[in-house]
Amino acid sequence: MQHCFHCGLPADASFSMEINSVEHAFCCAGCQAITCAISESGLSDFYQFRDKQSAKPNEPVPAFSHYDLEAVQQEIVRPLDEAYSEILVSLSGISCAACAWLIEHHIEKIAGVRKVSVNVTNALCRIEWNTAECKLSTIFSAIDEVGYGVSPYLESRQQNERGAQNKSMLMRLGVAGIGMMQVGMYAIALHAGAVQGMDSNWQHFFRWVSLMVATPVVFYSAQPFFSNALKGIKRLRLGMDVPVALAIGLAYVASVWATISNVGEVYFDSISMFTFFLLSGRYLEMKVRHSSAFAAESFSQLLPLAVNRLIDEKGGDVVVQRDKKNGVELVPLSALNTGDKVLIAAGDVIPCDGVVCDGEGSVNEMLLTGEAEPQQKLCLQQVWAGSVVGETALTIRVDAVGTDTKLASIEYIAHRAMSEKPDKVVIADKIAGIFVMCVLLVASAAAVYWYFVEPAKAFWVALSVLVVTCPCALSLATPAALTAGALRLRKMGVLVTSSFFIERLTHLSRVVFDKTGTLTEGKLSVERIEIVDSAVVDSEERVMHLVASLEANSNHPIASAFTSALSRLTVEKRKSFPGHGIEGVIESKTYRFGTTAFASPQTPQRYPGAGLWQLLSCEQKPIAWVLLQDKPRSDVESCLNELSRLDISFEILSGDREENVDRCAQRYGFQSYVAGALPEQKLAHVRQLQSQGDSVLMVGDGINDVPGLSGAGISIAMGNSTHLAQTHADAILLSGNLVSIARAINFSHKVYSIIRQNFCWAIGYNVLALPAAVMGLVPPYLAAAGMSLSSLIVVLNALRLNRNIGADSLPFDSGSATSLSMSPSTAG
Amino acid sequence: MDSLFILIPIALVLVAIAVRVFLWAVKSGQFEDLDTEGKRILFDSQTLDDDCEDNLFIKNINRK
Repeated sequence: MQHCFHCGLPADASFSMEINSVEHAFCCAGCQAITCAISESGLSDFYQFRDKQSAKPNEPVPAFSHYDLEAVQQEIVRPLDEAYSEILVSLSGISCAACAWLIEHHIEKIAGVRKVSVNVTNALCRIEWNTAECKLSTIFSAIDEVGYGVSPYLESRQQNERGAQNKSMLMRLGVAGIGMMQVGMYAIALHAGAVQGMDSNWQHFFRWVSLMVATPVVFYSAQPFFSNALKGIKRLRLGMDVPVALAIGLAYVASVWATISNVGEVYFDSISMFTFFLLSGRYLEMKVRHSSAFAAESFSQLLPLAVNRLIDEKGGDVVVQRDKKNGVELVPLSALNTGDKVLIAAGDVIPCDGVVCDGEGSVNEMLLTGEAEPQQKLCLQQVWAGSVVGETALTIRVDAVGTDTKLASIEYIAHRAMSEKPDKVVIADKIAGIFVMCVLLVASAAAVYWYFVEPAKAFWVALSVLVVTCPCALSLATPAALTAGALRLRKMGVLVTSSFFIERLTHLSRVVFDKTGTLTEGKLSVERIEIVDSAVVDSEERVMHLVASLEANSNHPIASAFTSALSRLTVEKRKSFPGHGIEGVIESKTYRFGTTAFASPQTPQRYPGAGLWQLLSCEQKPIAWVLLQDKPRSDVESCLNELSRLDISFEILSGDREENVDRCAQRYGFQSYVAGALPEQKLAHVRQLQSQGDSVLMVGDGINDVPGLSGAGISIAMGNSTHLAQTHADAILLSGNLVSIARAINFSHKVYSIIRQNFCWAIGYNVLALPAAVMGLVPPYLAAAGMSLSSLIVVLNALRLNRNIGADSLPFDSGSATSLSMSPSTAG
Repeated sequence: MDSLFILIPIALVLVAIAVRVFLWAVKSGQFEDLDTEGKRILFDSQTLDDDCEDNLFIKNINRK
């Protein structure tokens, strides 16, 4: 079976092209066109450089002309000087570094573009161009031409904050690392001197130099510890930062005193090492938190940036003027107010909640309800932001915009649900307080004891106790394993977007599947063709060509089943009858395709069987039947087998009709199912299961699944699902292979055993080292070194999760690729 | 041994410069994408020249 050269999906024999004298097959006209564009630009090396398959392009081709609007550009473009401007653009379909190469080279060639730089990690592209020489829409079209989705990057405040936090942490870490290494060198000299004997001049010199290097480490790099400790003390809550701040602060003051008065020991090396390793632990923890938040936010940009607003002649429910050119103005979405009237073209997204005031036609509300069948909208009927207009343009009177829309409220509820802290963290906070109290008591007790026995030791014994008991390894135990686990899951095709996903997988008892789009592909495809009148149509190809020609440029889900047929006949007088079918004149004969009552009204035919049959008729005489089906995914059985093996029960929770769901359940052996469920009912069902003691995983893809996805303990959204569903799920199944879910459940147990090992090691180390420190056997530098070593062991143990990658990873990773970028101090 | 009196201060100055450069690098976003740049050295093995005769020839025979 041949695979598409561009995206790797199964190829269609009717699409092929020769590149460098080798014949290549493609799956659709889109992939073929992109490959053609790439090789014509002389960039066919892309196919050698890339290490992952490219994403299949979306149809239809979007228009970019509204990005040239002054008002829109004000929000997304940053002028650099009089001639040049800069824009940050979000890309979709990036799968590897070769994509960056391709886009950069393709865009650089456009006259007027000064600089293009693509960042693969977060799929962003920065472009500098001369606004007089070329238009923004030209640049956008060029990116789209080589097969990548493009939209302006709208940074949210939280992303800004995270970026700033990341940078400041990295800077502190760098200063601490450099300081640690410098002071370490001087410390070796001092220690050697202590053993071999050293001139007091030299000792003085080295101490002062160490002081100079350690000072910025203490005041800049360690500053977060001090400020957090102060905050905690003010609120009378002892956090881990208190002993850390105490240790660093006391050691620093003592060392400065020792340097000035030339008496006693200095601990600059211990302080620096301590700071560095603690900071790396915090940095890793922060990365874990940030990476789970990142994937969720980039999906909320569904609505268009600019809309066609009717210029107001009089207010109220006035019927709109027919002359569109003079009557409409293109304005940014943010300028829209309630009471305005907007004109939405066929195929565009409705930007606001409102009421139809002119035109009537179908509207696809799949984003909000999961219903694939378009809804017929007449005058004065409600429409919602996020739905897609069908074949006829509509004029809408705006009722709600922005955060007042139903879309926004659904998002808000789910965001709130997502920001709940995982249970373990709350418990850990309480335990930490008690632990810190104990540590401080033990340290003071040791200090007092040694003061009476051998006063010289008292101070540094207390210091060592504080350093040794710092649960650095303990705080690294979980984040290190979770990060490594999430990376491995990503390679399996599961993108983890919430921090408690792996943990909750281990307690799973029931999986709830949505049907359309989850167990099935979510697209209609031609299952069978039955020819009724072979005099008119002699072959199935002829039937396909006729229907494909009629359904060309139609937005109806049924039309998507025919887009792969290449050759199109010219159709005149095409007319669509929403809810019934489509009609057109081909080669002077009138053809109709649709329901039997529509296609052959004089002699209504009986449907040949169950399922979605459509009739093709010529001059109102039936000539062929076409059976359309939503193809089920290929690995449903293997996934369900694996789940039974793991002793996890499963069921279907679908909004579709009873007979369709029943058929699906019978086929795979589902013990139970729920059909015809509205979104609220899906959530209610999930809650009911939970109250019966089940831990529920919900797998879905549409917005009608969103309440269920938010309410379930854990949820997974399919990779090609609606954006809002992906925002609300705890993980996204990028590969679309259901069996990865079962693999992920298996893997989560492994991750948990690693976390447990880490905890055992960290606690064991502390338990052994504490008595040793109290007895005065551990000098501060050894304490700091030992603590860093134990942290290293914890991290290395976590990295074991990434071994044996070959067996689990999948070759094709369709959909947008976001990756967790690890800090430089750990292997990626 | 006395040379250390000069060498170590020089080292300190160098360290200060290094830290300054590091801080600039972080602030200007040099650490944001660590994957692409690593692979970039593998690209550009040939110069892309659109007017080159060979490319035109290849373009023509590739059309179907």
